[in-house]
Amino acid sequence: MAGYGDVKLLRDDGLRLDGRKLDEMRPVTIEAGILPAADGSAMVTQGLNVAVAAVYGPMEAHPRKIQRQDRAVIDVRYNMAPFSTSDRIRPGFNRRSREISKVTAEALESVVLVERYPRSKIRVEIEILAAEAGTRCAGLTAAAVALADAGIPMRDLLVGVASGKVEDIVVLDLDKAEDNYGQADLPVGILPNTGEVAFLQMDGDLSPDEFNLAMEYNFKAAAEIHVIMVDALKRRYEGGEK
Amino acid sequence: MSNGQNGAELRLVTPGMAIGPSAGMRVGSGTLAQNDTIIATRLGWVKQLNNTVSVDPINSAYMPRSGDLIVATVAEVRNNLWFMNVNGPFQGLLPMSLAPWKVEFGAARQHMGIGDVVLARVQEVDECHNVVLTMKGVGLRRLNQGSIHSIPITHIERLRGEGNATIQRLREVCDCRIIVGENGRVWVDGDAEGMAWARQAIDLVQTSGHKNTFEAELSALENNAPKNGDA
Repeated sequence: MAGYGDVKLLRDDGLRLDGRKLDEMRPVTIEAGILPAADGSAMVTQGLNVAVAAVYGPMEAHPRKIQRQDRAVIDVRYNMAPFSTSDRIRPGFNRRSREISKVTAEALESVVLVERYPRSKIRVEIEILAAEAGTRCAGLTAAAVALADAGIPMRDLLVGVASGKVEDIVVLDLDKAEDNYGQADLPVGILPNTGEVAFLQMDGDLSPDEFNLAMEYNFKAAAEIHVIMVDALKRRYEGGEK
Repeated sequence: MSNGQNGAELRLVTPGMAIGPSAGMRVGSGTLAQNDTIIATRLGWVKQLNNTVSVDPINSAYMPRSGDLIVATVAEVRNNLWFMNVNGPFQGLLPMSLAPWKVEFGAARQHMGIGDVVLARVQEVDECHNVVLTMKGVGLRRLNQGSIHSIPITHIERLRGEGNATIQRLREVCDCRIIVGENGRVWVDGDAEGMAWARQAIDLVQTSGHKNTFEAELSALENNAPKNGDA
């Protein structure tokens, strides 16, 4: 796949259009506990992305047919606000949001100790307020912090990161232009403490070497984001600050 | 809140964070043994007692256990039973046979309707989290007056204090009846002034119960109590 050919995504000095190095991610900030009505909540900003996640529950699962006798079900709703992009998004579910909700729920189910709450449901709402590529990763990170804030037991704090390929070069954390005109995108959900991968999607083509390099970038970024996640949770409760 | 918080060790951990080697240690609540290491599964403070490592969670859902004294509200009424909101993931069931009144079949609504508040005890919890409540017992009754407040269930011990010392002090200061349910609901009844002060104290538990400064803040609040001011 050759991409869009004449769209230039790398500068002559080897840096990217926004001045980042190839393995540099956009600035990330995380704040936990921003919604008083939710049991747990978090806001993640990554570049121009703003993702808010709220967790409610565990609660009795309704309708009853979705209940599992041996574990909790995780009900994720990922939604992009109509004003999150320059073109207005038609409100409500669409194919993309359904897909992201599903894969996010499956990723979270592998880290949450769902067997602790049989027959119940944990509701995770992810709202993208501003979008600039990589919203599913920002949403996943926000959901993980919100789940931890809600006191839901988990094996690890799941981190969402993405790498990709532009002009035949692997880069970390694609921005909007790189996502639209690049050759590949590799969003991954990583458990930073164990190094396991809970979620992986790939759009476009990567050679084995490129894939390995992209994963190397992802693991490095996941470790950095994990530090920010832990700091956000600690900031909320440690010392005199709430 | 816990020994871990009052003692020298004050360590906040997040899910997945390594607490220490698992050799010779027992795995308590909120932790997991993974590859010879004990890891935290919840956001909370590490507590170590008699070689058992556990994490006192900051937030937690109320999981009913049999024998718990709780403040519950009526969520649904059927002909012969009530479904009660116990502030947990599952509703509790109060059959008319365990109500303190003699209830005819179909007359459940005449005794309690949706929204009514009761002091009940958890009779039984099975492995599928079916919760059965009882109102047969000393002091168990419908609560017809007073107000209900909520606190995180992880702060209940903080509100009660060692040997119920703190809650007893609060009762004396505001001259109110206060019942702390295991499900994080607090019932307060007394004169308006006392209840308003009790509300402030309960709000303090909610906002500062996890802090080391809680005792000092509570003492400051006690000095401003209306009864103290009159004396």
